Amino acid sequence: MTGRGWFGRQRRDRVAENVPEGFATKCAGCGQIIFARDLERSLKVCPKCGYHHRLTAIERLEITVDEDSFEEMDANLVSRDPLDFPDYKDKLARANDTSTSSEAVVTGRATIEGRPLIIGVADFGFMGGSMGSVVGEKIARAMERGLRERVPVIMFSASGGARMQEGLLSLMQMAKTSAAAGKLDRGGVPYVVVLTDPTTGGVYASYACLGDLILAEPGAIVGFAGRRVGNQELGGRLPDNFQTSEFQLEHGMVDRIVPRKEMRAALSSLISFFEEPPAPAPKPRRSTRKSGNPAEGVDGG
Amino acid sequence: MADNAFDFEQVIAELEGLIIQLRSPQRRAEARDQGIDVDVEVARLDAELQRVMVQHYTNLSPWEKVQMARYKDRPYALDYIRSIFDEFMELSGDRMAGNDEAVVGGLARLDGEPVVVIAQQKARDLKERQRRNFGMAHAEGFRKALRLAKLAEKFHKPLISFVDTAGAAADLKAEEHGVSEAIARNLREFALLETPVVCVVIGEGGSGGALGVAVADRVLMLEHSIYSVISPEGCAAILWHDKAKGAEAAEALQLTAQNAKRFSLIDEVLPEPLGGAHRNPLEMAETLKAALIKHLGALKPLEIQEIVESRYKRMRCYGTWEERQA
Repeated sequence: MTGRGWFGRQRRDRVAENVPEGFATKCAGCGQIIFARDLERSLKVCPKCGYHHRLTAIERLEITVDEDSFEEMDANLVSRDPLDFPDYKDKLARANDTSTSSEAVVTGRATIEGRPLIIGVADFGFMGGSMGSVVGEKIARAMERGLRERVPVIMFSASGGARMQEGLLSLMQMAKTSAAAGKLDRGGVPYVVVLTDPTTGGVYASYACLGDLILAEPGAIVGFAGRRVGNQELGGRLPDNFQTSEFQLEHGMVDRIVPRKEMRAALSSLISFFEEPPAPAPKPRRSTRKSGNPAEGVDGG
Repeated sequence: MADNAFDFEQVIAELEGLIIQLRSPQRRAEARDQGIDVDVEVARLDAELQRVMVQHYTNLSPWEKVQMARYKDRPYALDYIRSIFDEFMELSGDRMAGNDEAVVGGLARLDGEPVVVIAQQKARDLKERQRRNFGMAHAEGFRKALRLAKLAEKFHKPLISFVDTAGAAADLKAEEHGVSEAIARNLREFALLETPVVCVVIGEGGSGGALGVAVADRVLMLEHSIYSVISPEGCAAILWHDKAKGAEAAEALQLTAQNAKRFSLIDEVLPEPLGGAHRNPLEMAETLKAALIKHLGALKPLEIQEIVESRYKRMRCYGTWEERQA
């Protein structure tokens, strides 16, 4: 799991000590006090430094898809504890109590500016957005639905990686989601990934790296191993923007960095580019003969 | 005699030492003078050794398996490749940026039949370890594996993949060259590859770095190999902020071959020679060769579309969850 910010953490702790809860909050980026109302209005982007605070899946959906258009799918999938892993049941219960999402990803159908799509939004607030069996299954089903209905699939990623509490079963969700992404790829259905803070480990190394198009929010932590791990191994000799959206853009892994307030419009226009042209009106048949040519009309027309 | 891999092998090493001593002409003579029948005594000790070994090696703890899987004398991929295949012609490079020697690959003949081989290769001496980055592949390694997989597909040759890695490289270069993208792409492309793929975990199956060459129609594991979502040390560091609790983490992660089979994530656990593959590498290679021939033989008569479809179905079944009624 990765650390939260990468600058100004000490300072903000001192400043924010006496702020009543709910009225104002301190920015996780610059440490300055922001009025809660202002922060809400700016989609949780700091009006002072532009830091993009994390969103819950529900908050993300609210600012991304058309009002009342979201229909959740597979919300009834619930994690088990196949390994009887220490504290896993408690952690799941706690996540269920504190998170507004039923698991670390929420999937469903929705529209953006009237355009139908399948959308999945990872929720870092639910066990670090980690991918276990339920998360993998929901994503694979979402992609399969996108393929069946031939509507674009959009995934917002936010995860520390695979959920170690389900052991190897979690690792295999990387394979499962990537295989489903492969079907989508071969089927010619657009798949768009939006990398949000943080996207690391097995999630970045699977479905989150496989979009036809990959967008990222500014300043998000995006990388393979956690930054701490990398830093240790390299004795601190790392670029300042190591494992951020900007670093990944620089190295060719991301198409565009899109600020939060422009994301909805960006997604809408991207999708519009890939809309399949309306099927041409069927040509009037020259002959109404019930053709005897077996090479045509295998469906018996 | 192999030197000690682990503490619990102390007893075994002592027994082995005793037997060797008894068999020496000098001891033989001494024993005869004392009226001891050496052959009877040796037979008794041999039986005891067998008993102790069977007891130990059939009950290795997950942590002991981790040590076994990482043991320096354990045969590595090239050791098996040399004994299993009639020929092996190594091929190099990802045709993009480099030739990552953490992954070896090439053309080989299995029982006369041409196959394409990809393998994660650890090394023993320091120089070779550095050259092979301790078996931890960068993006170039995964791309080389994919290139060879595509070669296999194009010429309708089966693909055989050997897994043995602590994980993918996680340094600056790995990140700059897109190791995540390379792994992800392999997962997607191997899933849809139109040729039969058999994979065997011979030592360490470390996380995404292992999985990046392990999507297959049949996945086999050697008896004392491991396959895990995270290293036990890494898991311990996250859970208990204590890297030293690897043994507890190994237990919790259930990273043994036997557990992978229990969760239906692999097809077969291949028995190792008593005491581990390193005690009889040739016997292990024979077992492995027979298994590869068997599994490829079973795939051979199937239509390729059927193979790809069942590979997809197999991956779709991974995992366990509850579906609550609304």
